[in-house]
Amino acid sequence: MSAPLRVAVVGTPNVGKSTLFNELTGLQQKVGNFPGVTVEPLIGRITEGGETVELIDLPGIYGFSPTSEDEKLTVDVLRGHHGSIPAPDAVLLVMNAASPDKCLVLFSQLASTGLPVVVASTMVDTVKAGGGTFDDIGLGHRLAVPVVPVVGRKGIGVGDLRDTLMQHAWTIPEATLDASASIEDRFAWAHEVSSEVLLAPRRDKRTERLDAVLLHPVWGTLTFLIVMGLFFQSIFTWAQPLMDLIDSGVGMLQSAAKDRIDQPLLQSFVTNGIIGGVGSVIVFLPQILLLNLLVTFLEECGYLARAAFLVDRAMGLFGLQGRSFIPLLGSFACAIPGIMSARIIPSYRDRMATIMATPLMTCSARLPVYLLLISAIIPATSVMGVVSLQALVMAGLYGAGALSGLLIALVLKRTLFRGGVVPFLIEFPPYRLPSAKSIGVTMVNRSMDFLKTAGTVILAFSVALWILTELPRADVPEGTTEIEASRLQIEQSYAADLGRTLQPVFAPLGFDWRLTLGVLSSYAARETFVSAMGQIYAADVHETDAPLRKVLSQRYSISVGLSLLAFYVFALQCISTMAIMKRETGSWKWPALAFVITFVLAYGSAWIVGILSS
Amino acid sequence: MTSLHTCPVGTKCRILSIDGEQSCVRRVMELGLVPGVVCTVERRAPFGGPIEISTGMTRLGVRLGSELRIMIAGAE
Repeated sequence: MSAPLRVAVVGTPNVGKSTLFNELTGLQQKVGNFPGVTVEPLIGRITEGGETVELIDLPGIYGFSPTSEDEKLTVDVLRGHHGSIPAPDAVLLVMNAASPDKCLVLFSQLASTGLPVVVASTMVDTVKAGGGTFDDIGLGHRLAVPVVPVVGRKGIGVGDLRDTLMQHAWTIPEATLDASASIEDRFAWAHEVSSEVLLAPRRDKRTERLDAVLLHPVWGTLTFLIVMGLFFQSIFTWAQPLMDLIDSGVGMLQSAAKDRIDQPLLQSFVTNGIIGGVGSVIVFLPQILLLNLLVTFLEECGYLARAAFLVDRAMGLFGLQGRSFIPLLGSFACAIPGIMSARIIPSYRDRMATIMATPLMTCSARLPVYLLLISAIIPATSVMGVVSLQALVMAGLYGAGALSGLLIALVLKRTLFRGGVVPFLIEFPPYRLPSAKSIGVTMVNRSMDFLKTAGTVILAFSVALWILTELPRADVPEGTTEIEASRLQIEQSYAADLGRTLQPVFAPLGFDWRLTLGVLSSYAARETFVSAMGQIYAADVHETDAPLRKVLSQRYSISVGLSLLAFYVFALQCISTMAIMKRETGSWKWPALAFVITFVLAYGSAWIVGILSS
Repeated sequence: MTSLHTCPVGTKCRILSIDGEQSCVRRVMELGLVPGVVCTVERRAPFGGPIEISTGMTRLGVRLGSELRIMIAGAE
């Protein structure tokens, strides 16, 4: 069998390229693994009668003068200049039939690469619905390449397109314009062609009526706040039942394993190391699935572009753009799906600055730690007789996290990610109902990607953490209670040794070796702090449980408690976040930098808070 | 000759020239806003945010400023 034909899928942004790619290849997709590429393009396969065509989904471009890293990748690949992605054998150009001029300009530039082209014209249904006509056969004659009309989100014409790709009906278009032609000349040519083949549809009345409300300064802003409120609420609460289900499933597996294995060390390794580790990976899946569902839906229905337009001014204050809002908001639930959703930001620099800010948003894993420490250490009084001091501290922690994250983004945009102004320019696609298949395919692929790339790292760290806390085995005298045995175990573990060794580092903050151990164990996941403290003080591990709170409030001063809270606001204590950061930025350099920045911030602010409050 | 930035919502006008940062100018032209094209200011985002311009079937949100200036011939 010969090597499969490699076809690059190219189009201007917002033409429905991803939807069409998903419809064409379905679950036959994998993330391209090319060295040195930050956003790996997806690769899909179509196989029919023993023949295979490999499709590579390249980032959208408007022309051959890239303004972002992603666009540069597409242009380099098409020109055959890319270091690790080989040049394609042919191009599938996705064209918006309702507004073909920009795509025709792109076609005129593609023609100079000498690659064979097939054109898929999407949104032919929009043209028809608006009372226009689109002459695909005429366009095929005019461009001298196959033109296949499709409606990606309904799957119409996708079979024909697949056949065209498989039949080797490829032709190399003649260069219609000189390679040095100006953009104005190209548009003049494009306009001439489109006026021959397209009777322009009326503007979409439904979209205009919706936009009169959704982009209105008052009603639009209000709708935006409501949509984002619902968005946030749903990742926070809707994912919870599923996460609880996963937790109890893991618990059931653990007790089943406990009953079957007698050897204590093996028992602990299987239950806590392996099953617990796998559980800590899949517990993220509900939020990842839900966030991908919501973001893909918002993007494909056309609202995301409007939301970015409305919020662009506010995000611009911090050097970011409108689309940065979604990953940042999502990160209040969990930074992992938040970082994954940063792919909607087309500009490399804005995306990187946003990703670096996400770990500072107060995620739900910090909540148990905040609740425990605040209830244990902050007195339950009220300020000026109305506002509870505890609530005020909680709000302050959320505010400090968000503000510092945005400021980090601003500083990074002014330093590391400066240069080449990318203007805020966004096309408003007409509103449309997204394709369920396309959303489903995206959700499944993103989740599989998470399990494969970040999941393995998280699992490895869970096993390492098990070794630290469960070895060497402590001698537990006959007849000790389980809770007491667990206290003895952790006190004699490698982790406790590590806590004692590193305690001098945290001594200026007022942390004893127990708190140091708690802080260190949080690097697996922040909420581990609660269970670690419970283990150390042999108290029930539930954060609302009184005994642990009582012990902590007796042992530690308000000043130490505030320092600890300040530390947790900033510290990037989450291996999973770092693993997904590496995944999305292509290098360990960025999570390492985020780790250092946040550690310095955490340590510094804990130290200052400690001094001020004592 | 006036700047599109200062035009009230609803202005329909012909683009005379686009200048500013080279990358911005090129991108705006690639989106179809080339000199000679007639466009309409559709609306403004709140708090001095971007403006929405339409030309033909294309509708764009654009942040105008020092890096991107669009000059127009008097309103039609």
